[in-house]
Amino acid sequence: MSGTITLKPGSLVRHETLSTREPAWVKGVLIGIALTFFAVFLLLPLATVFTEALRKGWGAYAAALLHPDARSAIMLTALVAVIAVPLNLVFGVAAAWAIAKFEFAGKRLLITLIDLPFSVSPVISGLIYVLMFGAQGWFGPWLQAHDIKIIFALPGIVLATIFVTFPFVARELIPLMEAQGSEEEEAAVVLGASGWQVFWHTTLPSIRWGLLYGVILCNARAMGEFGAVSVVSGHIRGMTNTLPLHVEILYNEYNYAAAFAVASLLALLAIVTLGLKTLVERQTRRQQQKKNELSGE
Amino acid sequence: MSIAIRNISKQFGAFKALDDVSMDIPSGELVALLGPSGCGKTTLLRIIAGLEYADQGQILLAGDDTSALHARDRQVGFVFQHYALFRHMSVFDNVAFGLRVKPRRDRPAEAEIRRRVKRLLELVQLDWLADRYPSQLSGGQRQRIALARALAVEPKVLLLDEPFGALDAKVRKELRRWLRQLHDEIHVTSVFVTHDQEEALEVSDRVVLINQGRVAQIGTPEAVYDHPATPFVADFLGSVNLFHGRVEDGQLRLGEHALGAADGSDGSALAFVRSHEFELLPGWAGRGGLPATIVRVVSVGPSAQIELSRTDGELVEVAIARDTFRLLGLGEGDKVSLRPRQIRVFPTEAQAA
Repeated sequence: MSGTITLKPGSLVRHETLSTREPAWVKGVLIGIALTFFAVFLLLPLATVFTEALRKGWGAYAAALLHPDARSAIMLTALVAVIAVPLNLVFGVAAAWAIAKFEFAGKRLLITLIDLPFSVSPVISGLIYVLMFGAQGWFGPWLQAHDIKIIFALPGIVLATIFVTFPFVARELIPLMEAQGSEEEEAAVVLGASGWQVFWHTTLPSIRWGLLYGVILCNARAMGEFGAVSVVSGHIRGMTNTLPLHVEILYNEYNYAAAFAVASLLALLAIVTLGLKTLVERQTRRQQQKKNELSGE
Repeated sequence: MSIAIRNISKQFGAFKALDDVSMDIPSGELVALLGPSGCGKTTLLRIIAGLEYADQGQILLAGDDTSALHARDRQVGFVFQHYALFRHMSVFDNVAFGLRVKPRRDRPAEAEIRRRVKRLLELVQLDWLADRYPSQLSGGQRQRIALARALAVEPKVLLLDEPFGALDAKVRKELRRWLRQLHDEIHVTSVFVTHDQEEALEVSDRVVLINQGRVAQIGTPEAVYDHPATPFVADFLGSVNLFHGRVEDGQLRLGEHALGAADGSDGSALAFVRSHEFELLPGWAGRGGLPATIVRVVSVGPSAQIELSRTDGELVEVAIARDTFRLLGLGEGDKVSLRPRQIRVFPTEAQAA
């Protein structure tokens, strides 16, 4: 009870870093560079999007968003996301489950293939679908004979979006599931749980935040994808134009205010995504801490 | 329910985890599978539970072949080494899990589930923790909750994988005694895996020693301790000294020194003497006995641990009662003769050389 050595939590840590601390000017310069870079390359463009969008006033802004072509682009983008994201959710969980919990021939190859969409230019992935399903493609004549349209139609856009956004959920879950091991699942099985009960009661609760995180990123990319969709969509106004494609068309027609108005929607989506992502990350960290307490000691 | 293990073999790649293992575990017994890490004991436990499949052989539960039976249908309780409690469920929900996942026609009513879980939590003396989460429990508490969860489905067989491995020494001792009492109360056939000989000898009705995927010996703790069947068992149980010598006319000889009476036919032999089975005589003059010099004495607890150096430099460990050692008036650097009270001799196979 001497009172002279009462340390607040954290004060000890600060004390230790004294010996490794850099001079004040180094700290200042580093922080300055980081903040300047952040302002010039991230904040400034974001601000530009919104000022340009509102340059002709709120009336023009609303008109640009309510234009039938814009409305149809919004609907199409939402529709594509509604189809592609749940499918990738299922594929991603299945792939992560297979990779994390089982040993099988070709496992490494599967992991590599999951990463493929990240390493291939989106334009190339779009072109692959044109080469397969386009009029001159492998399945083209057969599809035409049966009156099925894939390229320059909704199915093509959905296919390209699924391809590009495939890795997000799986990539997020594989390390998580590998780290958690399968002891809890085995415990559930021995207690008599069926496969579905094991998944629902033990696997899903322990991956839910990672899964949500993957889905949010997947959704952001599905709505914002430009390259692959651009190749397969055909840019038919009011028909096969997604939001990013609509922005490009308006911009090419020197309709800047409208282009930026539509772009501001995508920017808002990005901001909402970032907010959700931060929330989920905080939850994941909290859960991780709990887990560390559990396995620690 | 009895367990019969018939000619089980299991291979992981080039590694033979289990090699033609057979044993019978009568109903109601508490059996320890004891062996060094990597000897295959956990694999055997997982095969009994159905979490792993044997390449060959059968597991019979109450006489019925289980080869085609899924783990979930075997009515086996399994306590995992790291407990594997469901971390997002409360203690109560953890214990209730096995009852709640039963098919609707077999599932007890929710009131009945509550009653049974409460009784189980009372059995493991943790009913006051029902609303906590696993992360809020100590290691010993988690262990007991894991046990209650396994018992909830009224298993015919209880399997425990290194049940005390992750606990500190004091808790481990308490839980050991508690598990023995619990078993005497509920009498479910139980098998537990351990690498700790003291644990196996103290808790179990019978000990199965496993070495490199094979059964080395099966017997009561007294039997395997007093009459080890192989050099491995002699070496693994208790702290022992190993001597390479010769048996001549019923005497074990190390070079020119006669150590004492030994059974077995003449020839070269491996001899084991436990550290507490030596007598210490001052000086090197005495007839019989092995001359040695005291290197180090640790005199803590009921017995003095004495480290000695033989004339050829080999070390010998001896434990004798502290009072006896004090009466001898010996200290580090003194010369003594070692006379074993009991020697276990195993003829060396390489006789031809």
